[in-house]
Amino acid sequence: MTGRDGRTGRRAGGQEPPDVVIIGSGAGGGMAAYMLTRAGARVTVIEAGPLWWPDENSDMWKWNYESMRRGSSTRTRPFGEFDAGDGGWDIPGEPYTVAEGSKFGWYRGRLLGGRTNHWGRISLRFGPLDFRRKSIDGLGDDWPISYDDVKPYYDQVDQLIGIFGSPEGLPNEPDGIFLPPPEPRCWEKVIQKSAKGLGMTIIPSRLSILTRPLNGRPACHYCGQCNRGCRANANFSSPGVLLRPAMATGRLTIIPNAMAREITTLPDGRARGVSYIDKAAGREMEIRARVVVVAASACESARLLLNSKSSRHPNGLSNSSGVLGKYLTDTVGTGIGAFVPSLMNGKPHNCDGVGGAHLYFPWVMDNRKLGFPRGYHIEIWGGRGMPRAGAMGGMQDRPIGGGYGASLKAAARSYYGAFIGFDGRGEQIPTEHCFCEIDPKVVDQWGIPVLRFHWKWADWEINQAKHMQKTFAELIDAMGGTPTWKVDEDTAGIEDGGVIIHELGTVRMGNDPGKSAVNRFCQAHEAKNVFVTDGGPFVSQADKNPTWTILALSMRTSEYIAEQMKANAL
Amino acid sequence: MTDIARRDVLGLMAAIPLLRAKWEQSLPARPPDRLPAAFFTATEFQTVRILADLIVPRDDHSGSASDAGVPEFLDFVMTEWPDNQTPIRGGLAWLDRESTHRSGKPFREVTAGDQAAILDDIAYPARAKAEMAAGVEFFTRFRDLVLSGFYSSKEGVKDLGYRGNTFVTEWKGCPQ
Repeated sequence: MTGRDGRTGRRAGGQEPPDVVIIGSGAGGGMAAYMLTRAGARVTVIEAGPLWWPDENSDMWKWNYESMRRGSSTRTRPFGEFDAGDGGWDIPGEPYTVAEGSKFGWYRGRLLGGRTNHWGRISLRFGPLDFRRKSIDGLGDDWPISYDDVKPYYDQVDQLIGIFGSPEGLPNEPDGIFLPPPEPRCWEKVIQKSAKGLGMTIIPSRLSILTRPLNGRPACHYCGQCNRGCRANANFSSPGVLLRPAMATGRLTIIPNAMAREITTLPDGRARGVSYIDKAAGREMEIRARVVVVAASACESARLLLNSKSSRHPNGLSNSSGVLGKYLTDTVGTGIGAFVPSLMNGKPHNCDGVGGAHLYFPWVMDNRKLGFPRGYHIEIWGGRGMPRAGAMGGMQDRPIGGGYGASLKAAARSYYGAFIGFDGRGEQIPTEHCFCEIDPKVVDQWGIPVLRFHWKWADWEINQAKHMQKTFAELIDAMGGTPTWKVDEDTAGIEDGGVIIHELGTVRMGNDPGKSAVNRFCQAHEAKNVFVTDGGPFVSQADKNPTWTILALSMRTSEYIAEQMKANAL
Repeated sequence: MTDIARRDVLGLMAAIPLLRAKWEQSLPARPPDRLPAAFFTATEFQTVRILADLIVPRDDHSGSASDAGVPEFLDFVMTEWPDNQTPIRGGLAWLDRESTHRSGKPFREVTAGDQAAILDDIAYPARAKAEMAAGVEFFTRFRDLVLSGFYSSKEGVKDLGYRGNTFVTEWKGCPQ
């Protein structure tokens, strides 16, 4: 898949360097590669992991019993051995450190397409309020752009990639250009009924999975295994949906197994290119380009920029403000499982559906009446999924009380499909307590200085998690169920930072170069040919998953890069 | 939304048989090989088989734990999830000691009735006696592993009535 000289990065005699080099091949990098190759630029993408194409490499349709591990996790596939999430929180040879008193886990994707291969495909737009939260409640900061600036790009992302959903007209949950949503599963209808009884809003999910053919890709065949990568390419992943068409232009070179070390610079402070480790050969290479797009993931991009020091950039690239690595946020997460007797003895049927829930709870409450300033949405799970390692555990806590023998088998049969669960996903507010920086003492296996994380949840986030658990308890009660685990009362089971894998904000966007690293087009204030197209530039989280906004912003930035290149302004 | 282009429909029609063929090729021709135990001693492995089959016996719906390769699964996961090694090895030893104490013989050699009497004392944590706590801990863990292995096996998947992992040309939602 690489160009003639792509694997080494060496430029053969007479061949020009690319116009653009992109660091990272996930949502932000994949979209930049798609847009810029279409605009006529010659682009090279470097990716720290190996090549991985869902139509060739996915383990879709494997039965868990095809492996003695029965689908359970491994160190570098923490979501299961068949999951397309190579990488994880604990990658051999690639350490990070956590400051005393902090708890943080850093999940990194290490494969072509990064974390777009195994994600939940929950593709929510940020709403108009999400770009101007400080104006509303005085906390955090406003974005330098508004929903109206991003809306045209959300619309294009919807049509290019495909998303199902339903128009609802909710105030801060903008409708998109939707394919029809799939009908709910049986267990989802039970939750829906209880939720409606409690006056809660529950609507069809908005997932980037095709329920109709689109742009040459077939519709979903409902095997429920999106996280393993889709052999039919019916869901969104960067390799399947963005990099394939970018390759087809003949203008894209992909260099896999290439770990970026630093952005090299020219005497005037602009980027000259990128130096990287060719992991297979164990040597350092440099690619020169007119434009450098950084899309290595929020924290990895901050690390790269911080490690790119020169006389013009003594604090790291575009960091005279000192803001790089600051204002790190993740999504507030806590969850609960429940056993619901009314779902027992279900009729055997195929309830796989798409690889994710068909319904979810958007945030519709008024925070002014609550003990926390920002909202959350609720994701749901349950059903008669493909059993894997861990199936039917915890029988001592079920009505049978434990047991063995024929009666235990009969109980297992009747309980199958009676387990459901809720996951709250809330907005964290950026503060000075959550950030990453270079740990001066520790390097990775290539000698690249690593990140050290600092993390502290604020009281309002704990309060938000408590409210989530209270809501779950009401829903479980309404269904006549019982929780399947105990939640710590003081913390409400709030997950450690990084567990929800929505890191944002470390390469902050803003109009003031004294307070931000990149401008409203995600262009570095202090190096005009450097752009950041991942979650780094986000000024705030929202109660929405970030991927759709990363894609829209990357599309917007890429369009800007193409214009500026044509105008010879970079 | 853009209209469904003719080529999209053709692409869909073309993709499904190809994908189905690839899928069928990927199905295993036979269950995983049965190998000699890597972790358990021969004596332990005998007890593991007996105990696993007491937890999941053959019935009208499906075979037993050992029919489904659960003992081999248990041996594999001892290495895969090593935190289980000492509690399971120690628990098997506890079981033999308890059995010897009651009937003069290790668990694998006593009658079905004597085996059941011990299990009845450790299989229901809420009503177990305090002095059985170590046995309860072991059995709870062991049962979890056995059920995990059985219900994720081909035999167990069929027993539960899982009907997915296949093509659905038109998703209709809940059939009930």
